[in-house]
Amino acid sequence: MLSYLGKRLLFMAPMLIGITIICFAVMHLAPGSPTDLQTQMNPRASAEAKERLRALYDLDKPLPQQYWLWVKKLAVLDLGRSFSPDRRPVSDKILERLPITVTLNVLSLLLIVAIAIPIGVLAAVHQDAWFDRATSVFVFIGFAMPTFWLALLLMILFGIHLGWLPISGIRSLNAEYMRPAAAFWDLVRHLILPVLLSAFGGLAGLSRYMRANMLEVIRQDYIMTARAKGLSERTVIYRHALRNALLPVITILGLSIPGLIGGSVIFETIFAIPGMGQLFYMSVMARDYPVVMGILFIGAVLTLLGNLIADVSYALADPRIRVS
Amino acid sequence: MRSDFWRRFLENRMAVAGSVVVLALFVVSLFAPWLAPYDPSAIDLEKVLMPPSGDHWLGTDPLGRDVLSRMIWGARISLKVGFVATGIAILIGAVLGAVAGYYGGWTDAVIMRFVDIMLCFPAFFLILAVIAILEPSIWNIMLIIGVTGWMGITRLVRADFISLKERDFVLAARVIGASDLRIIFVHILPNAMASVLVTATLGVAGAILTESALSFLGIGVQPPTPSWGNILTAGKDNIDIAWWLSLYPGLAILVTVLGYNLLGEGLRDALDPRLR
Repeated sequence: MLSYLGKRLLFMAPMLIGITIICFAVMHLAPGSPTDLQTQMNPRASAEAKERLRALYDLDKPLPQQYWLWVKKLAVLDLGRSFSPDRRPVSDKILERLPITVTLNVLSLLLIVAIAIPIGVLAAVHQDAWFDRATSVFVFIGFAMPTFWLALLLMILFGIHLGWLPISGIRSLNAEYMRPAAAFWDLVRHLILPVLLSAFGGLAGLSRYMRANMLEVIRQDYIMTARAKGLSERTVIYRHALRNALLPVITILGLSIPGLIGGSVIFETIFAIPGMGQLFYMSVMARDYPVVMGILFIGAVLTLLGNLIADVSYALADPRIRVS
Repeated sequence: MRSDFWRRFLENRMAVAGSVVVLALFVVSLFAPWLAPYDPSAIDLEKVLMPPSGDHWLGTDPLGRDVLSRMIWGARISLKVGFVATGIAILIGAVLGAVAGYYGGWTDAVIMRFVDIMLCFPAFFLILAVIAILEPSIWNIMLIIGVTGWMGITRLVRADFISLKERDFVLAARVIGASDLRIIFVHILPNAMASVLVTATLGVAGAILTESALSFLGIGVQPPTPSWGNILTAGKDNIDIAWWLSLYPGLAILVTVLGYNLLGEGLRDALDPRLR
């Protein structure tokens, strides 16, 4: 197992380097220099001041050297300072918002698993029955649904029409004065819509995958053996088939992480949730390059980590992976 | 073979429904100037945020513009974005996939690691980061969606090339002295087009979804150019008073994307029945 883990970690190193190169390349796509934006608003900025600013961001050095300096800082999580008036370190700005985004995504992932797996299994067990057909309709609509639109509709229905759920932020204005239990309930109510919607996107894919997987497993010889032994259908399906059909789901969950993280931009913006996605959106609007690049990098590293966790858990669950 | 394809395709009711939607959208986009009851950018401050009525079937927006007319012109935009972005993605994906699959070895390893690395970035993050640097305009949006969406096609084309390059007709072409370029583009690539066509159809749907999300966030197609996504922005801003601004453009996106997805899946089933 350890050697497998080592191999996977070793494989991550070139990926990480590739990620930094792409981030760096994106940063230098800008026509002119990123510091122009800071100075063009200020007519009094002299050519000399512009040069000083360029030197401050190492933009006066040749590209390979700039890359090397940037990576060296990156290695100690120094992502530079924000262009915004507060001029705070980018890593501070991101780290204080990361927990909210990660929590939201983990909750969505749990919800996806809790809903999609039973749906997929039931659809496969009752192949071509009404439930299976209803599932395939749901899957098609799920794939085509613009989730930000669904968010608007649910906000209109539950937030405005029925008034059951709040539609903005993660806590009420008076949350500070609530008793802990009430404050927690307040938080839960704020999170219901965002988590539900962010999970929605992954539901269709995973239930379809789970169904296909289950159908494939049911056709295997060992399932026939289990049936031939005279085991009840229940035992055959839920003990023998389900376990094996569940394994590859781990990988699919790992692969769904970039989609979830990417989606957090949309949901955090719509629901005004102070997470990394919202920060990203605001920084894009304000052209705060250091923050944009920092989040781009962190997003890719989170994906890489998610895939690593998925691969390692798969290897833990299925010994065949470790050997080959 | 060809008639087989059509028979299988036409037997699939979902695929036919998808093609009808896609065709209808082509017609609407093509005849937008004649179909739209009003000028899509005619501001009428006396008719601000009117609910749907006989005059304005789908109501008006905060500037008194007719929502139906804006949606009809918006169909043009989404079609344009969908096709150009997908075209760019196919161009990059097919060339890289063909080169990787045909030459193998180091070339293949480098290209495929590049694909792996690109896939580490949440697609939406990469798109937004590039938008932060370039101006959000319809052309930049198409370019960005295309340039960040070629990885799946590369993998597909590469897989096709790996199996096709061992076939006899490739050997025959090589024997008569065809160049590598000729073998790749004239002999092998046309045989890999089936899977590319399917992915492209699904890709158009994806590009339309992405464009609408970007426009909704205000970093895609910029007003006054109408797009389904930026009408929805007005819907969000007036969420408590004008439900029609939120309902109809989203429905248009849903039906369009559904149409392309059904068409794509129908094509796949008809092209290769083994995949069912």
